[in-house]
Amino acid sequence: MLDDLSILNIQSSLRKLKEKKIGALELTDFFLNRAKKLEALGAYITLDPEQARKEAALADHLIATEGKDAFIKKPLLGVPLAIKDMICTKDLKTTAASLILENFIPPYDATAVAKLKAAGGIILGKTNMDEFAMGSSNENSAFFAACNPWDTSRVPGGSSGGSAVAVAARLALGALGTDTGGSIRQPAAFSGIVGLKPTYGRVSRYGAIAFASSLDQIGPMALNVDDASLLLSIISGEDQHDSTSAAVAPPKFNFLNSENKEQSPSSSIKGLRIGVPKEYMSAAGINPEVEKIIRAALEKFVELGARLVEISLPNTNLALAAYYIIAPAEASSNLARYDGVRYGRRAKISPKDSLFEMYAKSRGEGFGREVRRRIVIGTYVLSSGYYDAYYLQALKARRLVFEDFVKAFQDCCDIIACPTSPTTAFKLNEKTSDPVAMYLNDIYTIPVNLAGLPAISIPCGFDSQKLPCGLQLIGNAWDEERLLKVAKIYESNTGWKDRLPPTVEVLP
Amino acid sequence: MEFEPVIGLEVHVQLATQSKMFSAAEVSFGKEANFNIDPLTLGLPGSLPVINKKAVQFAIILGLALSCEIKKFNRFARKHYFYPDLPKGYQLSQYEEPICERGQLQVTFENGLRTIGITRIHIEEDAGKNIHDPRTQTTLIDLNRAGVPLLEIVSEPDLRSPTEAAAYLRALRQLCRYLAISNCDMEQGEFRCDANISLRPVGEIKFGTRTEIKNLNSFRFVERAIEYEIARQASIIKSGGKIIQETVLFDPETGTTKSMRSKEEAADYRYFPCPDLPPLIIEDVWINQLREKMPILPWQAKKRLLETFSLSPYDADLLTSEREYLDYFEGVVAICENGKLAANWICSELFGFLNKHGLPLDKSPITADKLGELLKLVNSGEISGKIAKQVFEEMFASGENPSAIIERLNLKQINDPAEITKIIKKILEAKNEQVVEYKNSDPRIQQKIKTFFIGQIMKETAGKANPVAVNQILETLLNQDK
Repeated sequence: MLDDLSILNIQSSLRKLKEKKIGALELTDFFLNRAKKLEALGAYITLDPEQARKEAALADHLIATEGKDAFIKKPLLGVPLAIKDMICTKDLKTTAASLILENFIPPYDATAVAKLKAAGGIILGKTNMDEFAMGSSNENSAFFAACNPWDTSRVPGGSSGGSAVAVAARLALGALGTDTGGSIRQPAAFSGIVGLKPTYGRVSRYGAIAFASSLDQIGPMALNVDDASLLLSIISGEDQHDSTSAAVAPPKFNFLNSENKEQSPSSSIKGLRIGVPKEYMSAAGINPEVEKIIRAALEKFVELGARLVEISLPNTNLALAAYYIIAPAEASSNLARYDGVRYGRRAKISPKDSLFEMYAKSRGEGFGREVRRRIVIGTYVLSSGYYDAYYLQALKARRLVFEDFVKAFQDCCDIIACPTSPTTAFKLNEKTSDPVAMYLNDIYTIPVNLAGLPAISIPCGFDSQKLPCGLQLIGNAWDEERLLKVAKIYESNTGWKDRLPPTVEVLP
Repeated sequence: MEFEPVIGLEVHVQLATQSKMFSAAEVSFGKEANFNIDPLTLGLPGSLPVINKKAVQFAIILGLALSCEIKKFNRFARKHYFYPDLPKGYQLSQYEEPICERGQLQVTFENGLRTIGITRIHIEEDAGKNIHDPRTQTTLIDLNRAGVPLLEIVSEPDLRSPTEAAAYLRALRQLCRYLAISNCDMEQGEFRCDANISLRPVGEIKFGTRTEIKNLNSFRFVERAIEYEIARQASIIKSGGKIIQETVLFDPETGTTKSMRSKEEAADYRYFPCPDLPPLIIEDVWINQLREKMPILPWQAKKRLLETFSLSPYDADLLTSEREYLDYFEGVVAICENGKLAANWICSELFGFLNKHGLPLDKSPITADKLGELLKLVNSGEISGKIAKQVFEEMFASGENPSAIIERLNLKQINDPAEITKIIKKILEAKNEQVVEYKNSDPRIQQKIKTFFIGQIMKETAGKANPVAVNQILETLLNQDK
């Protein structure tokens, strides 16, 4: 029943669970076994088979006693999921892929995790990532790199690389990632899956380890748009623990309802104005193959009844610079708490060492190179005398980037389409020595975080090396519903999501 | 050369909220170490701050009482430094946007009433506590206090002497206690201050270089520390030296200050607006609601006591020094309907007894209601002041109602004219000699004899006879058959 991986996803599994064609424990064991067998992909930092199997057995019990009704209260009942190791899970080690939190076990669940659990989701384990989400290749994990299931000599993208690998390689049915500058969308694109960064404030950040608080959002990573929508509808909502979460009703999607398939959202694409930013498509650094694939995807939208509009986001060139001031500034502050005093790694110190040496050694040992680099940058730009020149200027630039989007949505278009990344997955170690080249990989995703908008990356084709390419759709604030509908139409009119990575196909 | 000290104070007041400034962790004193904690207090990964509305309300109330401008737009900044008692690596504090600005407080000094300017009031969170154990050479950390809400009240440099500084602090503490925003228990560190001091030649307008004395937690220390610092600065200036801007610590053991750090060594706190907290917008509706519900303020209370009840300034000051004294007084007056009587009894009898027994007012065995009842009997002439004192002592010992004591000890006043007449007649018969003498004397001697008889009557009745009736009936009986 589980042999056809191409049709295995959250929706299909839920149907099978409801019809009792499969048990939750059976499903959980299936993924746990796969995760073990494909351990070399480096998707998980920590697996939690014991607790996952216990929860799965409970789910089976609930299904046995309550039947289909059990799924009304618990719409994810028995669905095995993976959580990025950036998001706190009660009693389950959460490391942010950093030595400084190597043995940290949170005493509480992040709100998003608590919501998944309440909905019946089974947490299989914690996925690999770039340390403190700082990176675009997953190579900055303090423990081990992850590799791309489409070509294991390549990176899966990052920072939510492990979550992307877990979903793409069918080591979980869905996953949570976090996205500060593209950390959900870029690995989704590189790994050929769907990744959604919600509007800032849509999902509570409570329990998500902070990298850059004004940019971070938790979001779903899944095999298709329906699954991503379902996960989003569950993790969304105002949270009294997060003052930046907004009192906006969680999105509801008609097409989630399988009986409602006739009410397909195809009508919403007729006449839809899709904005194509001229600054993005002609940008230096965009791979010609990627550009070709994206152009073809845009043509598909035209074929489906949409209208392409060239738009301008004139301040795009400011985005990367602003981001690399704002994000490190916030990070330097957010990471100040890792001091070896109350929890986390404390360096071995001698009685002669001062308090300062305890801090310096613990943090020096505990943080990796990229994290240290960003702490130094962030500390510098917040220092008195430099604050106005860097941080305040960056905030002004951020405002301009935001206003570009506001204007585009007001005057020209309903949705914006562009590449998720200028390239497909690059080789392991290809960019590790050149941080700026690595930063440039996020050129299309970063402006979206600066503006706080929702955006989704969906598979839109393959390059000549058979590597997946992602199309990024950017919506207006709080307009996830339209974003997901449009993504869904494209998806159901193309077959990209049904292709399996070669490394995965061969396994049972 | 004569110098004039210029003093400004920064006062930290711990707010009497149930929970911490940015989390639901409890605020309470005397709990075992690290009991009042939660993910935010520990600075755990992923924890987020949420503003305590009650603390903001307290800040607005104090701002209104000090005639401040309440700022609509409020933001919290992160102030960074590494220290083991600071769990997040930064303190959340209002930096560029304090909640209140430009207020004033009227303070009575030895030479009269003066207005002291309030520069600003801002909200911040407290740090935890490091406890050094010299035996084991270790440092222990207690985070119970970490995250407790504080108001920092910054005065203008309007104070001119250590006694003025202390008087200002007392007035501010009294106000905070009236507003019930803090207990201001100085021993628990709920009310502490930093003092900025500079000297300038008398007549000079420009300020001299200042030094800051950190963390003074008693009125006495404030006075002593400032006195020392003035003397120290004066001797430096007189000997041709220059004051350097620095932060100093006061050592109560030696009564001296010593340097902590100079201006050049001041840390760079890298303030920036906390991205976890959206700006806090304070609507006028809220401010107006709080303004309407404003409790009585110390100076309003004093005015009322002087004008409505014609109390002496001394009694009025004493009875308004604490809000609970005022409440007690108002409670007594509401029943006995005589302000002066109430004030006299509270200030002398009650406070005297409480003092003698080392009791605070809220532990008084005599409640305001009971004292009011007692004084009502005095006020209406049902018992004499002398009897009342006897009853008061009984009440203090037993906590009983005055009427029950009067009943039990049979202290009720004799008011029946027939009964009084009978008693007087009996005495007059027994002391016929004095009656005869009375009849043959001039008014001056007569008055003496009358006083003698009144004494006899009171002795006979154990002081219970109604003195007015006694006087009247005695006069009538003595003047009969004249």
